[in-house]
Amino acid sequence: MGIWGQLIEFVTDPATWTGSGSFWIRLFEHVWVSVAATVIAIVVVFPLALYLGHVRKGSQAATAVVNIGRALPSFGILAIAFLILVEMGAGVRTPWSILVALIALAAPPVFTNTIAGIQAVQPSTIEAGRGMGLTGRQVLFGIELPMAMPLVMEGVRIAFVQVIATATLGALVAWGGLGRYIIDGFAVRDNGEILFGAIAVGLLAIVAEVGFSLIQRAVTPKGLTVAR
Amino acid sequence: MSPVLAQSDQLIDWSWVERNLGQIIDRTWEHLILTGISVGLGLLISVGLTIIVLRWRWTYPSITGFAGLLYTIPSLALFALLVPFTGLSETTAIIALTSYTLFILIRNIVAGIDGVPEAVKEAADGMGYTARARFWKMEVPLALPVIMAGLRIATVTTVGLVTVTAAIGLGGYGFFILRGINTFFWTQLIVGVVLSVVLATILDLAFIALQRMLSPWARANA
Repeated sequence: MGIWGQLIEFVTDPATWTGSGSFWIRLFEHVWVSVAATVIAIVVVFPLALYLGHVRKGSQAATAVVNIGRALPSFGILAIAFLILVEMGAGVRTPWSILVALIALAAPPVFTNTIAGIQAVQPSTIEAGRGMGLTGRQVLFGIELPMAMPLVMEGVRIAFVQVIATATLGALVAWGGLGRYIIDGFAVRDNGEILFGAIAVGLLAIVAEVGFSLIQRAVTPKGLTVAR
Repeated sequence: MSPVLAQSDQLIDWSWVERNLGQIIDRTWEHLILTGISVGLGLLISVGLTIIVLRWRWTYPSITGFAGLLYTIPSLALFALLVPFTGLSETTAIIALTSYTLFILIRNIVAGIDGVPEAVKEAADGMGYTARARFWKMEVPLALPVIMAGLRIATVTTVGLVTVTAAIGLGGYGFFILRGINTFFWTQLIVGVVLSVVLATILDLAFIALQRMLSPWARANA
């Protein structure tokens, strides 16, 4: 039987679609851990980035975050998170280590893009706001934040797509998600299962990327500079 | 394979490092070779594609679009997509790792060449340079900082991704990370992560040094 025959056999096997190890459960695991990580990362770093951007002190912090983030591989971050959580007694077959690793991965793009977005606002625009008598808070929420929004959303998109991709590695720390198919397939040398996992993960990543771009386009106001 | 029991009180068991120095050196080679071949091949292919892009501009969106699509596919999924055809092998790893470098490299090479000021090109033309000479003697050297920035990002990213090839039986330092996870033997895990970060940093610094050598005129501003 050829490779594609094995794939068809795996896809048409009812066990793939029902029961505790069904595709739907794997998909749900994969998506919830990704969404949760992205949301938590936003909640944690967005206020800090807003503040640092507002007081114009963020550039160095942002550069440092980018450099550290690039040198630390995702798999390394996951491994360290696994070590820490196992030592803390969080158990092994749990989603916690992958969740923590994904939060750490999602935070830098949100952080750096928010700072970059706010710092890209022209000083003359801010001065105009001040001249009109706006307080610092009004400048931040009325001018800087709305104008930074496209870059902030871009950061969230980068973070989310990266998180969806990296959640696949959850299978390497004995957790679920769609990566399970790939790792289990490698273990039993089932090309059908391996391909099924690869296609599912690849499609999910592309759907996340394209879907988020569409949402991003839809929610970005046409004239950001227009007074509200 | 004795979970938890294998741990001692300390996180790092230095005697393990001493006893396994040979294995660490072997994995260093594996890591370097996978990175070197992938980035090297990626650079060759990217230069070829850039030449196509510079001659036929309309190909740029489709070429970067395709490279971007490859870049979006998670590493483990790309390995898995190839394994049924090329097996749990170096070939699988190199094809996948090479395809990740393309997006970064093509964009940086094209941006670098595009960033050469019009006035410089006109000056070259005025001095009687042929198009080919202008390209190799003016545009490429001036684009070098942006191209090198792309090479640095591609190399550091690839060093990180090589660790994931542990899932297909390779891994370089990733081998230690995965075995550390599976056996709860933290020394291996930490050694794997730390060495992979060190290797990425060393290669990054090496590229910075190389760039300074290749573009002496930029040293004053650096």
